[in-house]
Amino acid sequence: MKLKEIVEKLQLTVKTGAGLLDREVKGGYVSDLMSDVMANAEEGSLWITLQIHQNIVAVAVMKSLAGIVLINSRAPEPETLQKGEEEGIPIMVTDMPAFELAGRLFALGISGG
Amino acid sequence: MGEHDDTFLKVLLADLHIHTCLSPCATLDMTPRKIVKEAQKKKLDIIAITDHNSAENTGAVMAAARGTGLTVIPGMEITTSEEVHIVALFENVQAALAMQTVVYEELQPGENDEDLFGMQVVANEFDEVEAMNPRLLIGATRMDVGQVVDSIHSLKGLAVAAHIDRDAFSILGQLGFIPDDLKLDALEISRRLTLEQGRVMYSHLKRFPFITSSDAHDLDDIGASPTAFRIGGPKLAELERALKGRGGRGIEY
Repeated sequence: MKLKEIVEKLQLTVKTGAGLLDREVKGGYVSDLMSDVMANAEEGSLWITLQIHQNIVAVAVMKSLAGIVLINSRAPEPETLQKGEEEGIPIMVTDMPAFELAGRLFALGISGG
Repeated sequence: MGEHDDTFLKVLLADLHIHTCLSPCATLDMTPRKIVKEAQKKKLDIIAITDHNSAENTGAVMAAARGTGLTVIPGMEITTSEEVHIVALFENVQAALAMQTVVYEELQPGENDEDLFGMQVVANEFDEVEAMNPRLLIGATRMDVGQVVDSIHSLKGLAVAAHIDRDAFSILGQLGFIPDDLKLDALEISRRLTLEQGRVMYSHLKRFPFITSSDAHDLDDIGASPTAFRIGGPKLAELERALKGRGGRGIEY
């Protein structure tokens, strides 16, 4: 499924990478530990997290993730937004908690990868 | 001078959390000589070099400070498995490097990507590039906070929970609380708050001593929020006495 479709269906707020929503989301990964994402997330996955530090962008680039969704209406730091634009990583925000968001993604056919 | 002799106590200004060009997120200006020069400009008496998961530049900064009157404490900012940053301070380079051996053993595998995270420059005391550290210093170790603190103590070092008032990489941000049995030697308040504000905001943690440091990643930041120690001299053992409030030693402000 394309990221664009997910953004529309789950009404995610796009903060960066608005022009990159044509990418294919191959799976999902939920984690608030960057080291865990670096070790275990799969390429093309959508990363669900509450971390807002700019390093999330570097981790997403490193793992070629489809994008990052920040939960619970978390506000990304300005540096994070800047990096997201620079590196071409879509960052989205939702007011849903991680459990709810993961469940909705699963219902849309996105699985753990 | 013994622990109970307080006639020679003086107030020394310390910034106990400074990164060098070895930390991927620090600027390349953070070279040994420039750091020493800036610390002198800021009237600091003691600085600690605390790069992410490495102590490879501590010896160079100590050498660059020789004869200047500035004391450099070798240390490291260790990332625990919970991604909590713990600042470790050691008596000498040998102890810091012994800790580094443990950390390298436990650091998550992978290579640094300079374009993404930044360069990891190992420098000498003349500010020359010796090498690039290829490790994933931005990553986490497999040791949890308890194991990191115990490991630091086994090498007679001090363990300080870094920037507890920040969301990212702090013990309160990652764990939400400080475990009762965690033997931290101090809690560090970031430069965004004064020591006094920190003590008020975290009064429920007053069982620990508080310090404040710059967590400098560029030259300007050095000395941005120093802690004034009333101690007998610029030694780790004296800092420890001050944290414990022994022999008339203490934290002045």
